[in-house]
Amino acid sequence: MSTVTDEKRKAPAGERVADWADGRLGIYSLAKANMRKIFPDHWSFMLGEIALYSFIIIILTGVYLTLFFHPSMNEIVYHGSYVPMQGIRMTEAYASTLEISFDVRGGLLIRQIHHWAALIFLAAMFVHMMRVFFTGAFRKPREINWLFGFLLFVLGMFTGFTGYSLPDDLLSGTGVRFTQGAILATPVVGTYISFFLFGGEFPGHDMVARFYSIHILLLPGIMLGLVVAHLILVFYHKHTQFAGPGRTNNNVVGMPLLPVYMAKAGGFFFLVFGVIAAISGLFTINPVWALGPYRPDQVSTGAQPDWYMGFAEGLVRVMPGWEITFWGHTLALGVFIPLVVFGLVLVALAVYPFIEAWVTGDKREHHILDRPRNAPTRTALGVAWVTGYVIMLLGGGNDIFATHFHLSINSITWFVRISYFVGPVLAFIITRRICLGLQRRDKDKVLHGRESGIIKRLPHGEFVEVHEPLSQQQLHSLTAHEQYAPAEIGPSVDENGVERKVTRGQKLRAKLSKGYYGEGSQIPKPTADEYKEITSGHGHH
Amino acid sequence: MKKLSARRRHPLAAVVVLLLALAATGGLYAAFAPAGKAQADETAQSLAIEEGKKLYAVGCSSCHGTGGQGGSDGPSLVGVGSAAVDFQVGTGRMPAQQPGAQVPEKKKVYSQAEIDQLAAYVASLGAGPITPTEEQYNPEGADIARGGDLFRTNCAQCHNFTGEGGALTNGKYAPSLEDVSPKHLYEAMQTGPQNMPSFPDTTLPEQQKKDIIAYVKTVNGEETETPGGFALGGLGPVSEGLFGWIFGLGSLIAVAVWVAAHTAKAKKS
Repeated sequence: MSTVTDEKRKAPAGERVADWADGRLGIYSLAKANMRKIFPDHWSFMLGEIALYSFIIIILTGVYLTLFFHPSMNEIVYHGSYVPMQGIRMTEAYASTLEISFDVRGGLLIRQIHHWAALIFLAAMFVHMMRVFFTGAFRKPREINWLFGFLLFVLGMFTGFTGYSLPDDLLSGTGVRFTQGAILATPVVGTYISFFLFGGEFPGHDMVARFYSIHILLLPGIMLGLVVAHLILVFYHKHTQFAGPGRTNNNVVGMPLLPVYMAKAGGFFFLVFGVIAAISGLFTINPVWALGPYRPDQVSTGAQPDWYMGFAEGLVRVMPGWEITFWGHTLALGVFIPLVVFGLVLVALAVYPFIEAWVTGDKREHHILDRPRNAPTRTALGVAWVTGYVIMLLGGGNDIFATHFHLSINSITWFVRISYFVGPVLAFIITRRICLGLQRRDKDKVLHGRESGIIKRLPHGEFVEVHEPLSQQQLHSLTAHEQYAPAEIGPSVDENGVERKVTRGQKLRAKLSKGYYGEGSQIPKPTADEYKEITSGHGHH
Repeated sequence: MKKLSARRRHPLAAVVVLLLALAATGGLYAAFAPAGKAQADETAQSLAIEEGKKLYAVGCSSCHGTGGQGGSDGPSLVGVGSAAVDFQVGTGRMPAQQPGAQVPEKKKVYSQAEIDQLAAYVASLGAGPITPTEEQYNPEGADIARGGDLFRTNCAQCHNFTGEGGALTNGKYAPSLEDVSPKHLYEAMQTGPQNMPSFPDTTLPEQQKKDIIAYVKTVNGEETETPGGFALGGLGPVSEGLFGWIFGLGSLIAVAVWVAAHTAKAKKS
C-alpha cells in the first residue's frame, strides 16, 4: 500500500533519535536483551525497591543541601532569624544548618525529606535483607549479591552517622563523643586512630570538614557503585520466585520489564517520594534549632543516635562498666566488649549464606524461594538474630521507655541484660515449633484437604467436617519444597577395617546438619504414595 | 535652783516626782517598744501561721511530724522556706498520695490562700527561701538565648534539650517542664525539690533564673512554634525511629502491597 511519496517521507523523530543513538551506543541490542526481561510479581520483592528509591531521594535532596551547608568549624556569633539562638557562639556548620532550616526557601522541607528518607532507607534495607534471608534467596548463585547488600547496609549506617553529625548540634556532638569513646577503648591503636580521625584532641577543628567529605563523597560514591553492581547481579542472576505451577528452577514466570515493570516501578518511585515528602511536611525530624550548638561541656538526657545505630547504643548502655588494668594499660571493657559484639552481630549476618552452604554441602543453584516454614532452623536463627537486635534497640532507648512507661531504668537495663541471652534462645525454640506446626498443617492440608466448614451428620449419628481436596496447583505449591537429609559422617572404618580419619570440621558439620535437618527439625513432606493411599479411599476418613 | 530646793519638802513633791518617773518610763517604753504598725502585721501573720498550723496538723503532720520535725515517712520541714511549700503543694506533689521512687505532680488539693497559710506556718519553723514575687520570676524581657545556654549547661542533663523530661535512676525522673508556671520554675530552681539540686541566687542569680524561664517558655510553652510540623514529643531519635518504622516504612509496605495487587494480568491464573 505504500506509495513512492511514503518511502521518501522521513522516519518519525523518535525513531531518528533512536537510530542515531544506536549507531553510537548500541542501544538496540541492549534493549532487545533487557526490555522483555521477566520479573515475578510479589509485594515482598518490592522492599528493595523502597530502599533504592529512598536512596535516590536522599541523593537528590542531599545535593540541594550541599549548596547551602558550610562544612566549617569556625566559630561565629549567630544573628540569624531564630530568636532563641541569637547571640550564641556556634560553628558555621551549625549556623548554616539553622539558615537552611529558617532562611533557605524549602530548606527545612528538603532537610526533613533527606533525614526521613535516610531512616526509611535503612529500615527498608533491613526488611529487604530479612526477606532475602527468610526466603533463602541468598543461596547460590546470590551469595556475592548478599554481601553487596550487606555492605550497603553497613555503609548506609556509617553514611547516616556521618551525616547526622554534620550540623554540629549538641545531640550529634554527643554521638560523636560516644563514638570517639568507643575508638579510644580499642586496645593499642585506639588513641592513634582517634587523633588521626579528629586531627588532634577531640573535637578539634577538622571533624565536620572530614565527615563532610566522607558523607557526601566517599561513602555515597562506594554505595552508588554497590547499588549498580547489586542491580546488575539481579539482572544477571534473574529474580527468584516462589514455588508454583509452571515455575521451575530454570525459568522465571512473571511480567516483562517493559512495559509492565517500567510503569509499576516508575509509579512506585513517585509513590515512595510522595509518602516520604508527606511525612517530611507533617512531622519534625531532628529539630537542630532546639538542640543548641555542640559544646563538649554540655550534654542532654535522651541523647540517642538514629535507630540504625541504636543497638550499638544499647550494647554500651547495658554493659557493666568493667575496667581492668593490663600491663600498666587501662582496658575499658565496658566499652570495648560492646564494640566487639557490635562487629560480631553484623559479621554473623554477612557470613550466614556461607555457613548454611557449608552445612548443607549443596553446590546447586537455587532460584525457587523457600517458604520460611520449610526451613525451620534457618527461620528460627533469623528470628533469634532479630530478637537480639530488637532487645538491644530497647536497651538503647531505656531512658525513654522508663519515663513513658513509668518503669525503673535499672529494671529495664537488667531486663535487657538477661533477655539478650535468653530472648534469642526462646525465640529460636518458639519459631521452630511454629514452623514445624505450620509444616504439619500443610501436610494435613495436602493429605486430607481444606477444612470446608461444612458439618455432616452420618446415618449412625456421627458428625464429621467435610474436607475439600486441594487443587492440583495448590498441591504442587505445598509440596514443591525440597527436604535435605542430614549429612552423615560415614562409617568410622574404611573398607579395609582401618580407622578412617574424621576431621573435627566434618564432625561439627554432621552435628549441625543433624540440627538443621535431622529428626524433629523438619516434618517429612507427604509423598505421592501417601497421597494416593489416602485419596484412593472413600473421600474422607 | 533655790526655788526647786526650797520646795522639795512641799507635800506634793513626791507626787510630782512619781509623775515624772512614770512619764519617763512610759516615754522610753513608747520609744523603744516595737512600732504599732508592725504589731498590726504581726497579727495577720500570726493568724496565717495559726491557720496554716491547723491545715498542717490535718494534711501534713502524719509524715512530717506534728512540729515539722520530720519522721520516717517525710523529711524535716525546718528551714525549707515558704518557696518550697508553695512549689510542692502548688504543683499538687504534696500531700503525697503514696510512697514511691518519686512523688508525682498531680491535681492540687489546696487553694492558693491555703497554700500561703501552710507556707507561712512552715516558714515560721525556720528561715528558708521565700516565695518569689512576680517581678522576680516574670520572664518578660529576659535574654532567651542566654537562658538556652544556661539551660543546656545546668538543666538539660536531666530535663532534655527543651525540658521534655528524662529518666533518673531506679524509677526516679526529671519531669517535663511543659505547662509549669514561671513561679514554680523559679521556686524549683531556688529550693531543689526531690531529686533536683538547688540553684540558690549565689550560683544562679535572679536574672539568670529569669533567662532560663524565658527559654523554657519559648521552646516548651503554649505558644511554642514547631516549624518542622508535629514534634513527635520532642524526644529525639527514639520517637523518630519508631515513627519512621511504623508509619514511614509501614505505609510504604502497604503501598507496595497495593501496587503488587494491581498488576497487569492478562488472565487471572
